[in-house]
Amino acid sequence: MTRTIKVSATFLLTIALVAVAGPWLSPHDYVATNFDRLLAAPGLGDMHLFGTDDLGRDLFVRTMLGVRVTLIVAIVASLVSLVIGVAYGAVAGFVGGRVDAVMMRFVDTLYALPFIFFVILLMVAFERNFLLIFVAIGAINWLDMARIVRGQTLSLREREFVEAAKLAGVGTPRIILRHIAPNLIGIVVVYVTLTIPQAILVESFLSFLGLGVQEPQTSLGALVNSGLGQMEGASWMLLIPAALLAAILMAFNFLGDGLRDLFDARQGP
Amino acid sequence: MLRYTLLRILGAIPTLLLVIALAFLMVHAAPGGPFDDERAWSPEIEANFKAKYNLDAPLPQQFVHYIGGLLRGDFGPSLRYVDRSVSELIGNAFPYSLQLGALAMALALVVGVGAGTLAALRQDTLLDRTVMGFAMTGISIPVFVIAPVLILLFAVKLGWLPAGWSGTAGAGRYVLPVITLALPQIAYIARLTRASMIDVLGRDFIRTARAQGLGTATIVRVHALKPAMLPVLSYMGPAIAAILTGSVVVEEVFGIPGLGQFFVRGALNRDYTLVLGIVIFYAALIVALNLVVDILYGVIDPRVRYR
Repeated sequence: MTRTIKVSATFLLTIALVAVAGPWLSPHDYVATNFDRLLAAPGLGDMHLFGTDDLGRDLFVRTMLGVRVTLIVAIVASLVSLVIGVAYGAVAGFVGGRVDAVMMRFVDTLYALPFIFFVILLMVAFERNFLLIFVAIGAINWLDMARIVRGQTLSLREREFVEAAKLAGVGTPRIILRHIAPNLIGIVVVYVTLTIPQAILVESFLSFLGLGVQEPQTSLGALVNSGLGQMEGASWMLLIPAALLAAILMAFNFLGDGLRDLFDARQGP
Repeated sequence: MLRYTLLRILGAIPTLLLVIALAFLMVHAAPGGPFDDERAWSPEIEANFKAKYNLDAPLPQQFVHYIGGLLRGDFGPSLRYVDRSVSELIGNAFPYSLQLGALAMALALVVGVGAGTLAALRQDTLLDRTVMGFAMTGISIPVFVIAPVLILLFAVKLGWLPAGWSGTAGAGRYVLPVITLALPQIAYIARLTRASMIDVLGRDFIRTARAQGLGTATIVRVHALKPAMLPVLSYMGPAIAAILTGSVVVEEVFGIPGLGQFFVRGALNRDYTLVLGIVIFYAALIVALNLVVDILYGVIDPRVRYR
């Protein structure tokens, strides 16, 4: 199991490094068009490592830009879902009783909803800006986190050190912040790794449909979409970003699964 | 059982209202109006338009009006498809999505449960690891990657199946879209089935059945399958939502004139009423199907009825 963790972590770190450094090392930039080399195949000629697209733009640089977007979404959306989920779950679990029942019933209700459609609705209603995508994705993904954190808090609440804090006259907000939250870190880290692929999936899905990141910026989802139109003559335009997206998602899934099996044997399937 | 069913139905109503209110507010809180990007009109014409679409009333009144329309099955006029109502568009498009979704769900259940059970029976063998490896891959690869790759392979390179919907007839055009939609669900269901089957097969009543000399096939079919299906059944809600989401991509990629395609077109054209109508329709569908799943759960596992 630890081998899977090592392999996926190494892969993700490498790809992150290449995404940061690659475009900077490449002689091309992501908007420059070269009409002499439209749809050039991948190769070392002209340093178009991943070939060029139908406008003659360098695909290596564009793909790495897409990876950057993917990774930024992963980080920002996970942070948003982390903050909301931990706060919500810890309060529900710690306060307990009727408050807990109502709060968790609300989570169950939201679980059943087609959130992605609400995100699209948001995109239609408001301007399609980058930040909104991140926040919206984070706002979807907190549900799992809230459930896990609540379960953990329920058992933490009965522990002696919480009892001691109560007796010492510490208020509820402070107990949650200073005594409960630090003890949640382990499990939260594991589940963040598992929500990351979901966040990436939503962003790439929106960009694929043309509702996410807008030209000339790009993301892996948008690249797959433009590759779809060129797949008969230039299959690399489709296959490279598609494979990269699948590999990143798979690496995060394996990493999360591995960490969960390692630290939290009870919850594993 | 009747009490349980009624309680479930009553519980679904607030959910539905919440969804409608949320979606309605989101659209109406948007900066700018639906006619903003058109040519500049004289104020009189714009006022006329607003009156026609009931946009001049205060928001609560518009909401009540909208709900009243919904109750009669009227989602209002489409803002971009001239002279078509949203209900009409949904009515024409939904049958395609329904066919695709139902076929994909059936395929996912049969293959997923079968593969998961096999993996559980042969736990820790090569077969098990192969099935689980495939399942992990299936979970990780998004629908919009599966679809083009399948098209590239089976339609463009091998030429076995049609790549698109229009211009072809017959069952062949269903194959790729349905498989694309089903694959991730097959993967999830296989993983769930394997885990819960392993759990159930370790219980005492299975040991008793074995001690009585029953064969593995009989034990699985008669004794283990039903309790092992409970987690799969509770996954049906999210699965339905995932298939609906996936159908948006699949219809777009294969050019199927279903609900998902209208949804994306509506979103790109800012057809507020169409997008709002489809979101509400999807949500109502999901709430209703979840209700069915909940009730089925009560039928299979009597314990939940008394919680």
